[in-house]
Amino acid sequence: MIRVKKVSRPKEIPLTEKLYLVEIAKGLAVTMNHFLKNLTNPRSIPTIDYPEVKRPVPPRFRGRHRLTKRPDGTPKCVACYCCATACPAVCITIEAGEHPDPQIEKYPVRFDIDMLRCIYCGMCVDACPEDAIRMDTGWYTVPERNREDLVYTIDMLLSD
Amino acid sequence: MLIDLLIVIVKIAIMLAFVLGLVPVLVWAERKGAAFIQDRMGPAKADIFGLRLAGLFHPLADALKLLFKEDFVPEDAHPLFYRLAPVFAMAPVLLTFAVVPFGDTIEIFGRKVPLQVADLNVGILYVFAFSSLTVYGIILAGWASGNKFSLLGGLRSSAQMISYEISLGLSIIGVAMVFGSLKLSDIARAQGELLFGVIPKWGVVVQPLGFILFLVSVFAESARIPFDLPEGESEIVAGFHTEYGSFKFAMFFLAEYVHVVVASGLIATLYFGGWQIPYLYADGFHLFGKVLHLPFALVVIMQVLAFVVKVLFFCWFFIWVRWTIPRFRYDQVMRLGWKVLLPLALANIFITGSVLLLFGGAKPL
Amino acid sequence: MERILFFIFGFVAVFGSIMVVSRRHPISSVMYLLLTLFSVAALFVLRKSHFIAAIQIIVYAGAVVVLIVFVIMLLNVAESKIPVERPTLAQGVGVVAAGLLMLEGALVGSRYGAQIEKAVDVGTVEAVGKALFTSYLLPFEITSLLLLAAIVGSIVLARKKF
Ligand code: SF4
Ligand code: SF4
Repeated sequence: MIRVKKVSRPKEIPLTEKLYLVEIAKGLAVTMNHFLKNLTNPRSIPTIDYPEVKRPVPPRFRGRHRLTKRPDGTPKCVACYCCATACPAVCITIEAGEHPDPQIEKYPVRFDIDMLRCIYCGMCVDACPEDAIRMDTGWYTVPERNREDLVYTIDMLLSD
Repeated sequence: MLIDLLIVIVKIAIMLAFVLGLVPVLVWAERKGAAFIQDRMGPAKADIFGLRLAGLFHPLADALKLLFKEDFVPEDAHPLFYRLAPVFAMAPVLLTFAVVPFGDTIEIFGRKVPLQVADLNVGILYVFAFSSLTVYGIILAGWASGNKFSLLGGLRSSAQMISYEISLGLSIIGVAMVFGSLKLSDIARAQGELLFGVIPKWGVVVQPLGFILFLVSVFAESARIPFDLPEGESEIVAGFHTEYGSFKFAMFFLAEYVHVVVASGLIATLYFGGWQIPYLYADGFHLFGKVLHLPFALVVIMQVLAFVVKVLFFCWFFIWVRWTIPRFRYDQVMRLGWKVLLPLALANIFITGSVLLLFGGAKPL
Repeated sequence: MERILFFIFGFVAVFGSIMVVSRRHPISSVMYLLLTLFSVAALFVLRKSHFIAAIQIIVYAGAVVVLIVFVIMLLNVAESKIPVERPTLAQGVGVVAAGLLMLEGALVGSRYGAQIEKAVDVGTVEAVGKALFTSYLLPFEITSLLLLAAIVGSIVLARKKF
């Protein structure tokens, strides 16, 4: 049973409202108030002057990916393809290579994330058994002029 | 002869420079004002050598951008009329400003020079004649674009403009009756008189109803919000200029703002004393029998400035209203025009006539 | 000066009106009609009839022609559907005859002292107003009655559900 909420409407519009002019004058007063307030005190405008000023990112903000490193600077990633499998947007491309250390077995020769397809769901981070991929850079994907520049390579992901 | 010609050319140049120069400032004021009214910052990024001036360069950047865009003619458009329409939109509005006086008659080189491009004795009718032509730009644009939204915009504008032209004309007749002239310079001069010795005899004082009617009609004529149905973007994309780009669009854009300037000039001239400053006469201030003498040149400069200030105020008023009131629905516009403004304008004429006949000393024929 | 302007505007008016009847596309015709109306208004200005000139533009160019354009746009006949008219012999004869008639008129006019007189104040606001409200008051009122009847009639017709 759908309940219908009855909204009462004013039966008779008062003359002052029918005349428009009074109401228009009131409206003009409202806008003028805002205008003067913002003109005299531009600081009260909530706008953030974006590229120069950035909104502080909350600590658990899911931002751009990065690949974590071992103490010696090589990527922690073992090229297990867990993240690529988990990714619902199928945007991770990994190419594995043999790692010199027999203990580690594999490492990624290529690790590309197509940021144009990524939906920032964080599934890759959840899937990773090595804590090798994180989304804690607190940074968004910046716009680029062509699509190729938005496929982030392993070097870019390792750099921060 | 040559000097006369020179003076006229100089006046035209000043007028054009004023009107066209005001347009970028208005565009800036519009965007910045809109932003402040809506609690935003507005344009602030364009800079020249790091100088930003609160976004004052944005209109310049816009103009440059529009100049360098591809000049495109859609396939379905009528090749000639599509190109002509922006001209039709622009020219009549600019011409209208020719009869608006921006100062008293002055003497240069022993010649009487009225500060007005053309002092026609049918000034008001001239204004009508040219404001009634602005509709062609819109209609032609709408029709020639070969786009159904444009066509709808054109249809709307033609219906709207014809409807409001009538109340526009009738509302000014009251002013012409009170000041007994159709010459805009006479009307401006007559508004320097005082009513009962204190109140300046401005059009708005003697014709309050006429002023409101004129104001509403002039908003409708210039197709600004709340009467911008010809380009109602939520219904018909952008109306008559949907298919326009690059500098042809800029012409429409320019025409809209020039229209605002011209309308403000008319409001100031007809209802707010034109270049008159209350109590200021050719030899100085007259107030309560006391006289403060001022040199004539200073008086003229003050008067021209007063006119400019009045025009600027009404330009701002146009912007202010735009960001306050939402657009009317089409049937509301038509109802307002025909069922409210027209009868009121007729009543205004009737009342003005009766008052003039009873108290104003107008002789019956 | 005045005479030169007269010939310019007169020529434009005649040219415009010929184009009005000869254009294939209705909108082109309308634009030429506008041109003609304008040059006729300019001719009125040359005769010092400023009022008539202004009214000419306001009423004809500003309202009547807009309505014509309105109708043309509402019908919006596609370019391809406009019939191509071939000049017939009768039309040709008609044009020649009209030309001869004009020539004759000009000749007769110049013969019987229709010189260009000094412009007189018949078309100023005062003159027209005086004339309308004194000597032509009755015709004026009858005309307004007629227009009123026409307005009422059109509303009645428009409201009727056929
Ligand atoms: S965040 Fe989601 S979409 Fe993006 S790469 Fe990771 S799993 Fe794929
Ligand atoms: S899940 Fe972790 S370890 Fe496996 S490929 Fe992805 S980033 Fe490398």
